[in-house]
Amino acid sequence: MGAESKLTSSLPGFTRRGFVKATLSATGGLALGFHLPVLAAGPWAGDVEGAEINAWLVIEEDDTVTIRVAQSDMGQGVFTAMPMLVAEELECDWKHVRAEYASANRSLREDRVYRRMGTGGSRAVSYSRPYLQQAGASARERLIAAAAEEWGVPASECQARGSRVSHEASGRSKRYGELAAAAARIELDAEPEIRKPGEYQLLGTSLPRLDVPAKVDGSAVYGIDVRIPGMVYAAIAVCPVWEGRLKAVDASAASAMRGVKQVVKLDDAVAVVADSYWRAKKALEALAPEWDLGEHADASSEAFASRFRAALSDKGTVAEEAGDAYGALETAAKVIEADYSAPYLAHLALEPVNCTVHIQADRVDVWTGSQNPESVLTVTAEESDRPPEQVHVHSCHLGGGFGRRSRPDFVARAVAIARRVDAPVQVIYSREEDTRSGHFRPMAEFRFRAGLDAEGAPVALVNRSATHSILAGLRPEAVANGIDQSSLSWLANSPYAFAHRSIEHHLQRTHVPVWFWRAVGATQNAFALESFLDEMAHAAGHCPWQFRRSLLAERPDMIRVLDAAAEKAGWGSALPTGRGRGIALVEGFGSICAQVAEVEVSRSGEVAVKRVVSALDCGNTVNPQTIDEQVQSSVVYGLSAAFWGKVEIRDGRARYGNFDRHRVLKMAETPAMETHLVLSGGDKWGGVGEPAVPPVVPAVCNAIFAATGKRIRALPLADQDLSWS
Amino acid sequence: MITLTVNGSRHEIDVEADTPLLWVLRDHLELTGTKFGCGVAQCGACTIHLDGEPIRSCVIPAAAAVGRQITTIEGLSGDRSHPVQKAWIEHDVAQCGYCQSGQIMAAAALLKRKSAPSDADIDAAMTNICRCGTYQPMRAAIHRAAELAREVS
Repeated sequence: MGAESKLTSSLPGFTRRGFVKATLSATGGLALGFHLPVLAAGPWAGDVEGAEINAWLVIEEDDTVTIRVAQSDMGQGVFTAMPMLVAEELECDWKHVRAEYASANRSLREDRVYRRMGTGGSRAVSYSRPYLQQAGASARERLIAAAAEEWGVPASECQARGSRVSHEASGRSKRYGELAAAAARIELDAEPEIRKPGEYQLLGTSLPRLDVPAKVDGSAVYGIDVRIPGMVYAAIAVCPVWEGRLKAVDASAASAMRGVKQVVKLDDAVAVVADSYWRAKKALEALAPEWDLGEHADASSEAFASRFRAALSDKGTVAEEAGDAYGALETAAKVIEADYSAPYLAHLALEPVNCTVHIQADRVDVWTGSQNPESVLTVTAEESDRPPEQVHVHSCHLGGGFGRRSRPDFVARAVAIARRVDAPVQVIYSREEDTRSGHFRPMAEFRFRAGLDAEGAPVALVNRSATHSILAGLRPEAVANGIDQSSLSWLANSPYAFAHRSIEHHLQRTHVPVWFWRAVGATQNAFALESFLDEMAHAAGHCPWQFRRSLLAERPDMIRVLDAAAEKAGWGSALPTGRGRGIALVEGFGSICAQVAEVEVSRSGEVAVKRVVSALDCGNTVNPQTIDEQVQSSVVYGLSAAFWGKVEIRDGRARYGNFDRHRVLKMAETPAMETHLVLSGGDKWGGVGEPAVPPVVPAVCNAIFAATGKRIRALPLADQDLSWS
Repeated sequence: MITLTVNGSRHEIDVEADTPLLWVLRDHLELTGTKFGCGVAQCGACTIHLDGEPIRSCVIPAAAAVGRQITTIEGLSGDRSHPVQKAWIEHDVAQCGYCQSGQIMAAAALLKRKSAPSDADIDAAMTNICRCGTYQPMRAAIHRAAELAREVS
């Protein structure tokens, strides 16, 4: 936790209703090691010498517990949180715990023993907590049973604690390491109950991350760090316009360059394979590929915005309706209207996407940092034309993800290249290629009309939005009626109780591929709606905090979070000229987050965010320190997008590729941040990796209005004139 | 052939003189702790020390490092005992961790220059990008590392 960061929590009384009792195979066995032809030890499932109590954990003779993690840690802390869920029940000493990634190949062969391995939607804890607790509890009971059997005493008289099983009456005690082999052969008659909130000893404590030590000395192995004997490197250029094709390429100049092995042509890309990445990249630059740019070589984000905006003249598909919104607007004492726009955004994970593939006669090995090793496996099998059982995915550390690494397009290309190369090959995208061949947060256009009564109370809201559907390209059946709910987060079915409302939508498509970007639809929608609510409050002459409260009478849980943010931020206290505060609220991924931003705007229009206070209700906590870190991370991520985030499309392609034109927040621009947990407990296990991204953007925009009187209706801020006098 | 001294060891490397140091370290010497993020000296993930000064190795040709001391994250302490590494662990700084080698090298160089850096010194010296946004814990860890370094000396 940072020096200026405060983390407070309040956990009111809760009642826990029945919880899911996971069914888990009680059969275990000794771990079967398999050997990998790789030099450095990575975080992937390896060759642990010990007794496997169940698929999730192996105990070695020296008491070391290796816990398998099926979700991917892109910085959000699951490499520690998932082992905590197991260790909570296992009663092992935490200092003996190490983590490794679970094997997708094993999960495929063993009836999906690791369940859903994809990571996204901030749901790792809520999804896997019951069965990971169960895995730990089951292992504990089997260790106890093994000791009881050996000692000839009832298991009920034995206790497990601190990696030992003890029998108090006889004074006997054995370490887990001594019991593990016998425990692996035990079958339980019935699975034990798992602990409930209130009974936890490990969950809710701030344990240091297991992966930090390897990340301070350079030893952590990311996908790009994999080194395999005989490995070659590939640099790739993808057709700059999506849906375009490679027409022709003269490989002669590149082929003559030092270290170059071959030039590989794909349908929509060309790659140079060499004995080092730099030689591959230099040779790639010497190629002059001819592209068939396809139908979209004239497209631009400006033209898209005009088209999206034009669509807003029509009603579109109604996503949510109550009362008679249009009628209420007719009779309202005051009507306010505004249009908002949000641009495409790139993920800009710091490790450019990369993938290492080795195709051999009887197996295919893939090393990469992915948010979904199962889809990596499937795509590799398809692209290499091999049975999935032959594909072994070795999950590496991820140099950021933010959604980008849940799409295996780069894996497919790497496998296609590897099929044409007689060696293990590591395909690395340059920063520019990573950005330009990316899949973006959708751009969106919004129109709002709201009615206030004579007292300034809100009576009606009409909203139209036009944006892409991410699910349309993924699961078309989810968008059958013209509505992709993920495009409408926080717009449709928001908790704001407008008696008359009509939330309407226009599903748009361009040739630019869109994808999940940290916090997804709420990122653009919260910017628009939470800014417009601020406009409504000011038009009504009301305080933006109290104005929201008045619309949330049915949601006391939200009011508590909103109040916490406002109060901790000192809402309403005097600020010097040029300073202002803004507030915003969003519920998403099972959590409620309210934020207050305080900004300073110079007369020439330079904005400095001084402070961001976040209040979060994620229900319960696994690791409070990680939660604080995730909220801070979300604030920084959101601020980068608010200030500079934009992928401009010109000539059908992403205009800029590197950090010189895609600015992101740095140390000097980072505000003081505070996280306040307002925990409602109960059965609520909300996500923490994403919920704090959406509200920070409108909170800052609303603060700029408070400071300058300038309303931000289009992002990024860098494109707006914020000077004032 | 060029000769480079990396973390105290001399290496003869058969590489073109204009190859950026980053790729010599990563591909020829297999010192993969130094990271590639942008290739144009914007992000700082490739920060190493050249004669003790922090440099962005993705834009420094190998030839420019001949006869000079190159220190990478692997050579900072060898056992995570550098005050910056200790403070980083104490403050649980790393998230995805990809930028952290570069951040740590930048912070170590700052502390060599200023034993008790102010927040303004930190702002000026720490210009590397962290997409996980670990800046606030990083700032606290740098202050802590300065304390640890003073305790040792």
